[in-house]
Amino acid sequence: MSEGGPVGIVLVSHSAQVAAAVAELAKGLAGGAAEVPVAPAGGTEGGGIGTSAELISAAAASVDRGAGVAVLTDLGSAVLTVKALLAEGDELPEGTRLVDAPFVEGAVAAVVTAAAGADLDAVEAAAAEAYSYRKV
Amino acid sequence: MLDADFFRRWLTTATASVGREAERLTALDSAIGDADHGSNLQRGFTAVATALEKETPDTPGGVLILAGRQLISTVGGASGPLYGTLLRRTGKALGDAAEVGEEELAAALRAGVEAVMTLGGAAPGDKTMIDALVPAVDALGTGFAAARAAAEEGAAATIPLRARKGRASYLGERSVGHQDPGATSSALLIAALAETAEADGE
Repeated sequence: MSEGGPVGIVLVSHSAQVAAAVAELAKGLAGGAAEVPVAPAGGTEGGGIGTSAELISAAAASVDRGAGVAVLTDLGSAVLTVKALLAEGDELPEGTRLVDAPFVEGAVAAVVTAAAGADLDAVEAAAAEAYSYRKV
Repeated sequence: MLDADFFRRWLTTATASVGREAERLTALDSAIGDADHGSNLQRGFTAVATALEKETPDTPGGVLILAGRQLISTVGGASGPLYGTLLRRTGKALGDAAEVGEEELAAALRAGVEAVMTLGGAAPGDKTMIDALVPAVDALGTGFAAARAAAEEGAAATIPLRARKGRASYLGERSVGHQDPGATSSALLIAALAETAEADGE
């Protein structure tokens, strides 16, 4: 079990719609996950395709309940921006972690696991394990 | 010796170069990328120039760290965290010194380039900004003009390469025959450094 509140989840995509829709999908599939804080950080601040460090920082702060924050990303600048923010040291809440996971499947696994009260290590492991789900 | 004002002028010169060359950078990026490199960098460097007018860090390291943070938060594409990390790590390596020598700058810039390679996972020959930056840092011991020439040669040498990083890597063989936009903008950044040093009579 995590200390304090549930682990927060941030979903970073190049597209605001993708990030928001995956957040909605993950919460929907998690059933009673209403209390898991999930925040999308999609696109640029101007609504374009890209990555916004400001939106990521704000999303991470908004889901931080003291038990850590798992950040899932799509690709390219989303990954690099989160890594650069983590290297900065003070831009993201303490206990924020970039989780190496497929974006959609990993988000579902992370939200379901966080809803069960798991800690950040378990949420990260569940999201990463989504890579091993073969479709063919 | 190079003081905070030298570094401010380097970045101001780089901002002007990026503004002048933005269309060319975007044209290169439209061939093998997503056609936003020029506009993204222009937005980032304009923010850098504005921040440096408002705040005036009094050390070379402070100037580069402020600039790097601006790039990470304003660019919106992969070049933001990559160039931001380059400047920030270089700045951190310079520490609190009020003035730094050319050798210290060369060593710090090498630390910055290595941080970029770690962040993006690119190595020389992958058709990225690294192909201009590594030769530039290697040549910086010889002087600023040599670094500029090495960066420009490195950027031109990306033309026959096949991209192995970023969106261009999805193109496979079709990325061959185009100069890499990131290597091109890296050469601009090093050229701006050489121009600043020349204007100083260094």
